[in-house]
Amino acid sequence: MRFLGYTLGDEQAPMAPPPPEMMDAMDEFLEAATKAGVLVATGGIAPTSMGAKVTLKDGEFTVVDGPFTEAKELIGGWALMECRDLEEAVEWAKRSISVVGEGEVRVRPTDAMWIDGVYGPA
Amino acid sequence: MPVADPTAAIEAVFRIEFARLVAGLTRFVGDVGLAEELAQDALVDALEQWPTHGTPRNPGAWLMTVGKRKAIDRFRRDRRLDEKYALLGRAGATDAPQSAPPPGTHGAFEDHIDDDVLRLMFVACHPVLSVAARTALTLRLVGGLTTAEIARAYVVPEATVKQRILRAKRAVSKAGVPFEVPEGEDRAARLGSVLEVVYLIFNEGYSATAGADWTRPALCAEALRLGRVLAELAPDEPEVHGLAALMEIQSSRLHARRGPDGEPVLLLDQDRRTWDRLLINRGLAALDRVRDLDGERGPYALQAAIAACHVVAFRVEDTDWSRVVALYGELAEVAPSPIVELNRAVAVSMASEPGAALDLVDQLAASGTLDGYHLLYGVRGDLLEKLGRSAEAAGEFRRAASLTRNESEHQLLLDRAEALER
Repeated sequence: MRFLGYTLGDEQAPMAPPPPEMMDAMDEFLEAATKAGVLVATGGIAPTSMGAKVTLKDGEFTVVDGPFTEAKELIGGWALMECRDLEEAVEWAKRSISVVGEGEVRVRPTDAMWIDGVYGPA
Repeated sequence: MPVADPTAAIEAVFRIEFARLVAGLTRFVGDVGLAEELAQDALVDALEQWPTHGTPRNPGAWLMTVGKRKAIDRFRRDRRLDEKYALLGRAGATDAPQSAPPPGTHGAFEDHIDDDVLRLMFVACHPVLSVAARTALTLRLVGGLTTAEIARAYVVPEATVKQRILRAKRAVSKAGVPFEVPEGEDRAARLGSVLEVVYLIFNEGYSATAGADWTRPALCAEALRLGRVLAELAPDEPEVHGLAALMEIQSSRLHARRGPDGEPVLLLDQDRRTWDRLLINRGLAALDRVRDLDGERGPYALQAAIAACHVVAFRVEDTDWSRVVALYGELAEVAPSPIVELNRAVAVSMASEPGAALDLVDQLAASGTLDGYHLLYGVRGDLLEKLGRSAEAAGEFRRAASLTRNESEHQLLLDRAEALER
């Protein structure tokens, strides 16, 4: 089963750049997750102020430049993980937050097909 | 809001840590069977203690420490002190029992544990064992699957798997298989065995040889995971990346190989939009790693390169069939086999015309090496159908159907025969 794990937070809250020890710990974590065959893709995400919101309604596009005003936004980064079940994905999420100290990570299956048993338990 | 079940959470940690735990404990006690028992004992402690005392910051290191402590307790209990202390002394020279590392550090992620996992793979795939035993032991010790899960995956009784694993552990012990990554002239053959076992697991998931299901995705996922682990642990071996590439690319088509009712859907009929782009890209990247290692392309890398020809084509007619034919030719040189010849014939039929391919298949059939192999007749039937020789084609499909043990495939072949007889 594939899961998207992503960090959620308030991007208006001031955030100091991560200290080098935290970066090292994150590298170590990513290495461990890769060596476990779990991590299949990762990426960062820049603040909404650098992005845009695109909508199509009644045949009209609206493009609004960031920042967006949602209370919590995807911040920091995301990872695609392949795990045997949600519990394993949750465990990897715990390990990733532990590196940062605190925060919120959401874990969501990316492939609805597994619900039909295609990717379900053997 | 429902809170996740603590037992399930602990078991997830255990599954994640299992291979590392067994590997680290094997280094410590020198025996995979004992290491596995100790790991299970550590799990029992975790299930007792974590719900009340909280989950340790580094659960892997905690389990390892408890497992080692239990090893020492056992040796004391066994009263064969001299012998065992000698053993411990030897193990302790490289890895003394350690207390849990301070919070925030990742003591369990030390490099030697990675090497231990690789050693464990080599032990589980040792040629002293039958291929079936290697597969079961690898799934149990490295994959962390339970015997029940393995039994379900292979459609055999659990008692059979239990026995097979028990005997395998004894055989490894009796033969004194060293806990090491082989070097020198042994290495290539031993690595070949590891790759073979992983690929056999994958293939059983990709085209189940028995039972009602055409594919068993969970088995493919497990093999793919093992392949990815291996690619990280032995990154200098081109064929390790070749196998990873092959499994990534084949997995990208796993969904597409099954119709809505679980029936097989063949490559040329698959809905290519459902192919998994992430896995395709990972597969192509793994092939790049093979190329960057500057070695000769081995059988896995060549099969991956062939599979890549299909996945980069958005439509069947975009497939570079002459490249596929050439790659099969290369594969036939490094790993000659009648099955490769059969596949080459299929590619020839696509690149040029079915008549030329039928000649190749007839030569193969005459050689007798593939007697009893259902796909020989399946392919022959396919070519005859293309040439308009319907009655002969139907006969070949029926023959193929009578030879496959997979129920879905059996039905597919019968359907093709009936369609031609109508």
